[in-house]
Amino acid sequence: MTASTENALFQCLLRLGDNTLILGHRLGEWCGHAPALEEDIALANTALDLMGQTRHWLTLAGTIEGQGRSEDDLAMLRDVWDFRNVLLVEQPNRDYGHTLMRQYLFDHYHLLMLHGLCDSSDSRLADIAAKSVKEVTYHAERSAELVIALGDGTEESHRRMQDALDRLFPFVGEMFETDAIDETMAQSGIAPLPSSLRPAFDTQLDQVLAEATLSKPTDDFAHQGGRTGSRHSEHLGHLLSSMQWLQRAYPGAQW
Amino acid sequence: MTSPKDDSSSTNPQAPQPVNQLANQPTSQNEWPLWEVFIRGQHGMSHRHFGSLHAANAEMAIKNARDVYTRRNEGVSIWVVQANDITASSPSDKGPLYEPAEDKVYRHPSFYKIPDDIGAM
Repeated sequence: MTASTENALFQCLLRLGDNTLILGHRLGEWCGHAPALEEDIALANTALDLMGQTRHWLTLAGTIEGQGRSEDDLAMLRDVWDFRNVLLVEQPNRDYGHTLMRQYLFDHYHLLMLHGLCDSSDSRLADIAAKSVKEVTYHAERSAELVIALGDGTEESHRRMQDALDRLFPFVGEMFETDAIDETMAQSGIAPLPSSLRPAFDTQLDQVLAEATLSKPTDDFAHQGGRTGSRHSEHLGHLLSSMQWLQRAYPGAQW
Repeated sequence: MTSPKDDSSSTNPQAPQPVNQLANQPTSQNEWPLWEVFIRGQHGMSHRHFGSLHAANAEMAIKNARDVYTRRNEGVSIWVVQANDITASSPSDKGPLYEPAEDKVYRHPSFYKIPDDIGAM
């Protein structure tokens, strides 16, 4: 593998691992606060699945980078501009409707990406994807069902889900953005081009929104800058300060 | 990045009207009905009662049961039944229902001598 391919692979792994890390942390914020006990446990399970996937992606990223950084170093000792997650996953939980809509939008992108990664020419990525795809299949099924139940629910739940969709839809486009790193990954057969996943995503989205009686925003403006690290929202800094404070305050602390 | 969109589109007259699905449930509007959960374990022959939970419908009850009761690999099959649909015997009928069986020891197969070469039964 050439040095430039290796660097692209490192970035690609950070994108995968940072998405699951940041969303996993966001879901963890609901722990003990979800509107129903059953939802609380279900959401914590999802968060734990995502954290488990994060460990695989970031450990492999550290190995590829070859600078001796562990999964923990990458998760706990980088600052905002070094994170490569999409802007969608760092958006705050707001109400439960926003949390579920964000989850649905990410799950369906995530599932398509993992299906593509199962056929990766790099068996290390294919192995992690094969394990993750079972977990994410369940996440995607659950979040779609809840979006439909709440969208097609009471007047209030419908209004909240439509608000959530209107607010979060401008963050959908970034997940399918394709840059030089993605091109390199696709040419080496390591990862699918994000843009190639969009048609399947849109078909599924239209179907779920129709069942949920929700209207897709017509403006296709897309915020950018998360997966390149160039322009994260201010929310990520607040998230990191709570997620990383222990390692920052007590460097090297273990339990 | 630009500021998030305002919440002005929620009054879109084109939006389909929501059907009030959840309100059709036979409980108060703010509470999901109660479901009893039965799980068959890895080596179990039958489903056993595991506990109960709340859910809006049967599919959601199965998913909640999966999340609440099978996190540690406990099960291979889940049944859920709405608690309202269970008919139970009344505790006050205990006398007529069960006591007549108490003095009929001959109904227990404990009066047979088991030949030694049968081994453990």
